[in-house]
Amino acid sequence: MGLIKIEGLKKAFGNQVVIPGADLEIENGEFVVFVGPSGCGKSTLLRVVAGLEEPTAGRILIDGQDVTHAAPARRKLAMVFQSYALYPHMTVQQNIAFPLKMAGASADLIRTRVHEVARSLDLLPYLERRPRALSGGQRQRVAIGRAIIRQPTGFLFDEPLSNLDAALRVSMRKEILDLHGRLRSTMIYVTHDQVEAMTMADRIAVMNAGRVEQFDTPLELYRNPANLFVAGFIGSPKMNFIKGVKAGEYGAHTIGIRPETVALSHSAGKWQGKIERVEHLGAEAVVYVILDTEETVTLKVGAADDLAADQTVYVTPQEDKIYRFGADGIAIRSA
Amino acid sequence: MRSLRPILFKAAITCLGWTVAMLMFFPILWTVLTSFKTEVEAIAFPPVFLPAQWTLENYFEVHARSEYFSHFLNSVVISLGSTVIGMVLAIPAAWSMAFQPTSWTRHILMWMLSTKMMPAVGALVPIFLIFKSVGLLDTLPGITLVVLTANLPIMVWMLYTYFKEIPSDILEAARIDGATTVGELVYVLLPMSLPGVASTMLLNIILAWNEAFWTLSLTAVKAAPLTAFIASYSSPQGLFWAKLSAASTLAIAPILIIGWISQKQLVRGLTFGAVK
Repeated sequence: MGLIKIEGLKKAFGNQVVIPGADLEIENGEFVVFVGPSGCGKSTLLRVVAGLEEPTAGRILIDGQDVTHAAPARRKLAMVFQSYALYPHMTVQQNIAFPLKMAGASADLIRTRVHEVARSLDLLPYLERRPRALSGGQRQRVAIGRAIIRQPTGFLFDEPLSNLDAALRVSMRKEILDLHGRLRSTMIYVTHDQVEAMTMADRIAVMNAGRVEQFDTPLELYRNPANLFVAGFIGSPKMNFIKGVKAGEYGAHTIGIRPETVALSHSAGKWQGKIERVEHLGAEAVVYVILDTEETVTLKVGAADDLAADQTVYVTPQEDKIYRFGADGIAIRSA
Repeated sequence: MRSLRPILFKAAITCLGWTVAMLMFFPILWTVLTSFKTEVEAIAFPPVFLPAQWTLENYFEVHARSEYFSHFLNSVVISLGSTVIGMVLAIPAAWSMAFQPTSWTRHILMWMLSTKMMPAVGALVPIFLIFKSVGLLDTLPGITLVVLTANLPIMVWMLYTYFKEIPSDILEAARIDGATTVGELVYVLLPMSLPGVASTMLLNIILAWNEAFWTLSLTAVKAAPLTAFIASYSSPQGLFWAKLSAASTLAIAPILIIGWISQKQLVRGLTFGAVK
């Protein structure tokens, strides 16, 4: 099991309210990502779930049991920290064995389980090494080993890949997903990287200023963002927002257009503008166009060999892919 | 010309270092040398640096006249006792201040430090009277308690500084892994801050061993440590420099040896954090 329910959760540090109120229900075996900009409260929310922070109000339920004030170890959750938080004075073997030792397991059981876990994570050759003699990726695997050894109900990951280089991050991302596939445990993963969130999550909770702006599947967030913040945060390059007369034509305060749903032409189109900059990415290019009305529109196009700065071009958004938002920033759904 | 400058600067710094070190070490060297002189040589003017004839006579006489070992044992009990009890009190205190700080932590730390700035003599009369009324004068528990109280702020401060260097993530990981608060301390915090804990203990042992004000004021015979043993050579009949030096050498020898052996550890411990 591993049903985690967050009910009316509030967290304040003194007078500073970090989470004004959060409600989430995470299904058993689900991979949920908390994503948002720095300081949005996603790590704090995770720490409250872990039991490392006491909530100011609200409840945390795991498999129906109220664990709001339970000690971290009693929640049967394991956590992987951004800094790995390995015990530097212990060997890999001792690090992985630590939770079982604290649970009072027999030496035989500890030995067997450590070997099983180390084998599954390719750590067998390093059992006698100390963390300082390992690479970043190996350290991360030791941290994961320490988390999985006592077969917890759920896993909490606090930006576990941010200390790794880009290539290693991609391979570790796959390893974590493989682990999820193998264990089918509930996992909550915190990141500020929306690409990481989109590629890993079953569902994503997009957070801003301590609030959960939207909690949905990656594609649903991309296709039907609830508000301006989610629309702007999910998708790369970021969605274009246009206000004023152009938005008014669509009966909205602001309209949102994804860079990949705008057509570019040298001869004719809906809006005229001038190319400001072209970023060639090989298979595709990102083009920045300044419209006559001074707004900048970002476009993602295929081949762009014939595009250069200062060229006059026409851009045409795909009519059925235009998002409309009211003055309050909330998406206006078509009737 | 320009390339000479750093060399000259280094040489000057080295000379200065040696001069300061020799100036600081000179009283100890002089004491040790005097302990091997005769009483006549010891008070000779102009002073003689090396004894004309090396003699162990002072040591024999010191040993014959006073109970060196009982004083030595008292010093051991006071310094180890105050250190062990002090660590038992200071470790949880430093832990809570480093990892569970409140808005008062900073003030409490400053207040603890401020107690070290108060002249000890200000507290002498009240403490003497209290000790007299509860029967703690000239007892080992009494003097250990006073030395412990005098050094506790330093121990808490030192440990607090070391504990602050330990990332709180690691302790939180231990908590998630099922460690109790004591388990967190025993399995994670203390092994990780072992250099700091060791140098705190070492410094406290040295401070307690050298403590003279309280030991001279509150002990006489039964609980008198080596500091009182040295002082006993300053008698109404006069100062016996050579014997006083022999007694001093015997008193400082143990701590000098410990300090010498562990100087690397001690220096590392004292500068931990500052020159990480």
